Amino acid sequence: MYGFEAMTFNIHGGYLEAIVRGHRSGLLTAADYNNLCQCETLEDIKMHLSATEYGPYLQNEPSPLHTTTIVEKCTLKLVDEYKQMLCQATEPLSTFLEYITYGHMIDNVVLIVTGTLHERDVQELLEKCHPLGMFDSIATLAVAQNMKELYRLVLVDTPLAPYFSECITSEDLDDMNIEIMRNTLYKAYLEDFYRFCQKLGGATAEIMSDLLAFEADRRAVNITINSIGTELTRDDRRKLYSSFGLLYPYGHEELAVSEDIDQVRAVMEKYPPYQSIFSKLSYGESQLLDKAFYEEEVKRLCLAFEQQFHYGVFFAYMRLREQEIRNLMWISECVAQNQKSRVHDSVVFIF
Amino acid sequence: MAVSSSSWSTALVHISPYTFASIGIAISIGVSVLGAAWGIYITGSSLIGAAIKAPRITSKNLISVIFCEAVAIYGVIVAIILQTKLESVPSSKIYDPESLRAGYAIFASGIIVGFANLVCGLCVGIIGSSCALSDAQNSSLFVKILVIEIFGSALGLFGVIVSIIMSAQATWPSKG
Repeated sequence: MYGFEAMTFNIHGGYLEAIVRGHRSGLLTAADYNNLCQCETLEDIKMHLSATEYGPYLQNEPSPLHTTTIVEKCTLKLVDEYKQMLCQATEPLSTFLEYITYGHMIDNVVLIVTGTLHERDVQELLEKCHPLGMFDSIATLAVAQNMKELYRLVLVDTPLAPYFSECITSEDLDDMNIEIMRNTLYKAYLEDFYRFCQKLGGATAEIMSDLLAFEADRRAVNITINSIGTELTRDDRRKLYSSFGLLYPYGHEELAVSEDIDQVRAVMEKYPPYQSIFSKLSYGESQLLDKAFYEEEVKRLCLAFEQQFHYGVFFAYMRLREQEIRNLMWISECVAQNQKSRVHDSVVFIF
Repeated sequence: MAVSSSSWSTALVHISPYTFASIGIAISIGVSVLGAAWGIYITGSSLIGAAIKAPRITSKNLISVIFCEAVAIYGVIVAIILQTKLESVPSSKIYDPESLRAGYAIFASGIIVGFANLVCGLCVGIIGSSCALSDAQNSSLFVKILVIEIFGSALGLFGVIVSIIMSAQATWPSKG
């Protein structure tokens, strides 16, 4: 019953909600980002970060420091926090927390399959995988030749198994099919997550519906823009769009037939929430679209913390941390390559 | 005991007033404690989690727990007062209107204080949980949210006042 969660939520979720709100207070602020953007070397970055909550994770790193090390250690912190929350959680919160990581699992699967296709070493690929999306038997992915084998050998035991029913074909795996597989899996995952949140009901359903709908719409726009000029047919493109969200179904119809960015813009400007995003970009510019979408996402994620007694705060916190790690990676790369003028191109401030 | 008619209203007035009085006393303490416990667990779980990152909030936020506990104490006080109102009457007078009135008055007192304290405990508990989480982020918010809690705990006090007025006029018929 929406509105009465306050009476029973704290039985199982009160402690973890308080913990996640404590973690949120440790996110880097605009002042921290300003300090980091003015660093000259990676050592300076490490020094500034050691005053924040990342201190214990970075202090034992020997110099010379690499950007990948910084990102890896920061991701490690996120993984530790996630695992602590997961082991304290009961149903249905534990299922909810696991759902948050399936996106990373999909990315890892695609990474290993693509890498194997280009004949890279499995160990090297495993090191590049995101730690939140690891599962046992992930290394066996390198053996599969086509999708049926992929499913039968490895994926049938993972939580991703139900998402495969739509994309098993007998074709061999090549770059195009792998991208289609990734997007089909992600579509099934988003729809499943959406249904799960609706089943939970109450404030969780309302807040997560909004966040997931934005995610679905953003992916639809990205799929459209990335497939302009490729051999992806209109029907195939339409099949990759999720069946919920603000753009469903009329926006999807129009996006499926768009042939260039201006047509995409014309479609999106009919929807008030997205019109404000697209109005920031002048005609013909698509590089800043990513940053505009990230800013909108961060705004919505911060709003999830305004309400108490729902699970959306966990999802919002994980996403905000990932955004912070993206920011740190961008800043580190700019500093390492001496391109500090471009630092503000892609950093999204959270507070 | 043989009665002349068998309608529901006759059945009701032939339930002993002591039954009603005792149930009233049970509800006054039982449901008040339920409200207090409910409020304390809602506050306590948030307080423990928030205190991990911000240990300074623990001592101040015990006030929320104390407000919830006060609700249980109101229930105990009213129960003790109500049980002093129970007197024995000779069996010829058990079903007199005076007796019934006294029994019903004690029953109503118990319900009033019990349910008022139930919702008061719940209210103070939920506010206490939000108070702990806000205090952990920004310590200037604590006193302001405490004012809301004080208004919330006044609800239990209203229940106690009305129930004591109600029970004050519960007089059993005199012997003889």
